[in-house]
Amino acid sequence: MAGKTLYDKLWDAHLVRQNDDGSSLIYIDRQILHEVTSPQAFEGLRMAGRKPWRIDANLATPDHNVPTTARSGGVDEIVDPVSRIQVKTLDENCDEYGIVEFKMLDERQGIVHVVGPEQGMTLPGSTVVCGDSHTSTHGAFGALAHGIGTSEVEHVLATQCLIAKKMKNLLIKVDGELGVGVTAKDVVLHVIGVIGTAGGTGFAMEFGGSAIRSLSVEGRMTICNMAIEAGARVGLVAVDDKTIEYFKGRPFSPTADQWEAAVANWKDLVSDEDAQFDKVVEINAADIKPQVTWGTSPEMVVAVDGTVPNPANAKDADEANSITRALGYMGLSADQAITDIKLDRVFIGSCTNSRIEDMRAAAAVVKGRKVASTVKQALVVPGSGLVKAQAEAEGLDKIFVEAGLEWREPGCSMCLAMNPDKLGNGEHCASTSNRNFEGRQGFGGRTHLVSPAMAAAAAIAGHFVDVRDFELNS
Amino acid sequence: MKKFTTHTGVVAPLDRVNVDTDMIIPKQFLKSIKRSGFGPNLFDELRYLDEGQPDQDCSGRPLNTEFVLNKPEYAGSSILLARNNFGCGSSREHAPWALDDYGFRAVIAPSYADIFFNNCFKNGLLPIILTEAEVEELFQAVAAAPGLSLTVDLENQKVVSPEGKEYAFEVDGFRKHCLLNGLDDIGLTLEHADDIKAYEAKRRAEAPWLFDAIK
Repeated sequence: MAGKTLYDKLWDAHLVRQNDDGSSLIYIDRQILHEVTSPQAFEGLRMAGRKPWRIDANLATPDHNVPTTARSGGVDEIVDPVSRIQVKTLDENCDEYGIVEFKMLDERQGIVHVVGPEQGMTLPGSTVVCGDSHTSTHGAFGALAHGIGTSEVEHVLATQCLIAKKMKNLLIKVDGELGVGVTAKDVVLHVIGVIGTAGGTGFAMEFGGSAIRSLSVEGRMTICNMAIEAGARVGLVAVDDKTIEYFKGRPFSPTADQWEAAVANWKDLVSDEDAQFDKVVEINAADIKPQVTWGTSPEMVVAVDGTVPNPANAKDADEANSITRALGYMGLSADQAITDIKLDRVFIGSCTNSRIEDMRAAAAVVKGRKVASTVKQALVVPGSGLVKAQAEAEGLDKIFVEAGLEWREPGCSMCLAMNPDKLGNGEHCASTSNRNFEGRQGFGGRTHLVSPAMAAAAAIAGHFVDVRDFELNS
Repeated sequence: MKKFTTHTGVVAPLDRVNVDTDMIIPKQFLKSIKRSGFGPNLFDELRYLDEGQPDQDCSGRPLNTEFVLNKPEYAGSSILLARNNFGCGSSREHAPWALDDYGFRAVIAPSYADIFFNNCFKNGLLPIILTEAEVEELFQAVAAAPGLSLTVDLENQKVVSPEGKEYAFEVDGFRKHCLLNGLDDIGLTLEHADDIKAYEAKRRAEAPWLFDAIK
């Protein structure tokens, strides 16, 4: 009998029952709640007269709506009344049910996908869900994690389970060495460019190979974060010593005897040598260059030394139409060099790239330099209060401010512009976030997805530049 | 949950691949703490020429007359015909809520993003998968006869054209059962509460570190 994939193992370990009709109940160890996708779930629970099944499986923090400017006044000072009600509603729901919440002024507050692992709430071998598609991030630790809708948030609150169907197994194998200046973000954008935005639909997508093994756990989080941008709800990376080391001493991590037992358990969280995947995609790490998206879907991506595609070269009429439409929205011309795209704003942050290593990578590029005068705003938004504190302890905030970037309070910010941080109509933004959809960062806004180092270099140059040449050209 | 048995309605063609949930309902409308009222903002950025705001009266806003839902022949449409990877991106259930609130009862497309697909079933909205060739045929049929109606028969798993041409589709047995009967799946899961408790006891013994840590 063939061995099991990591996903098979996680699925089997959480299977509560298999129903006759082919659906299954799987047990959920952890749920993270935020203000946008939980209010209707709590309301549903209340209307049905139900109680949460297990309070200690939940952790909440507001992130999507919170302002990233000085906010010592707390929730009452959120200017947008609709945002304020939403954050207050989360506070009230958590207070009512006794769910642990890192409220807006708590230093531990931040983006759900940064906070969960940082606290050791996410653990290897656990199932983690959240009403947010980027929950795939947590798979970087060998956890089975995916986004769910609000009805499912309510279902998990009420039953601690999800009704699910097993996904298929996909292995993305990235072997070889990544070049200097090529980051986890470039790897995942390249993968999406290769397999397409629906290439992972229906699959749990494991990332393996020597290039993935060589990445830090934070880099692996960036990769799993964007599995959903390739259509896969679940991203996964096998557990190794780096994973285990990461969880030592975290607030909700196991301690003492339980630590040893947990580690023994976690070490098995790898796909067996003879495991059968339904599909395998092999990528040569050496082929990957720094990436920039030019269009309105994450699959519309090219290397920084490339050009914007020409619809005349499309493989069929549908693709030509998509390219033409995207060029129109983005205000770009066919065959234009990527390095000729000028930026109005730069955003360094989001659940994809707002951890300490991202802050360090961006700071290393801007240190001793100045943001181009043509760039209206360059924001740096740390992923959590603890990332912010760490960055400040390392003096990164000063580097950013001296270079002319704004150093902000933690939250989702301009990734989806639910708070006041947004693009103006027609503005181009170099963004370390995950989605370049039309209007995503503001009405009429034009998003280009890049790594933190590439965003930082673009802020300095005022247009895209190859960060690999940056030292020489500056 | 609202039942779905059969439905006949006007088909609106949205000829575009990778329609994401940001497009279906933009983020500023996600600030609502309710499940209803999203219909006027469905496809907001495609439908109107200005930037929409939450709680705004949309009746006086400038319309994009080129957009399918603003064309008189598609007024009152309740079946959305779409292309590949419909509903990709964000997990926001506000997307099916908005489609439902507008009056859509079914979507027909060759493929969907997983989370959106799942969310539809929780809201009595039926996402039907037909082959690319069949979807193309329907796009052509609608282009030839704008305002065309189709009938969706969930029990018999088929879409029927006015000429009686049938398009069979697959649907998961459990989801079909829930839709046909309007069943609340939380209630169904809680019928297995003993199984959940038994699993939980075993889990607590095997992985005690996953219990009582967050408090």
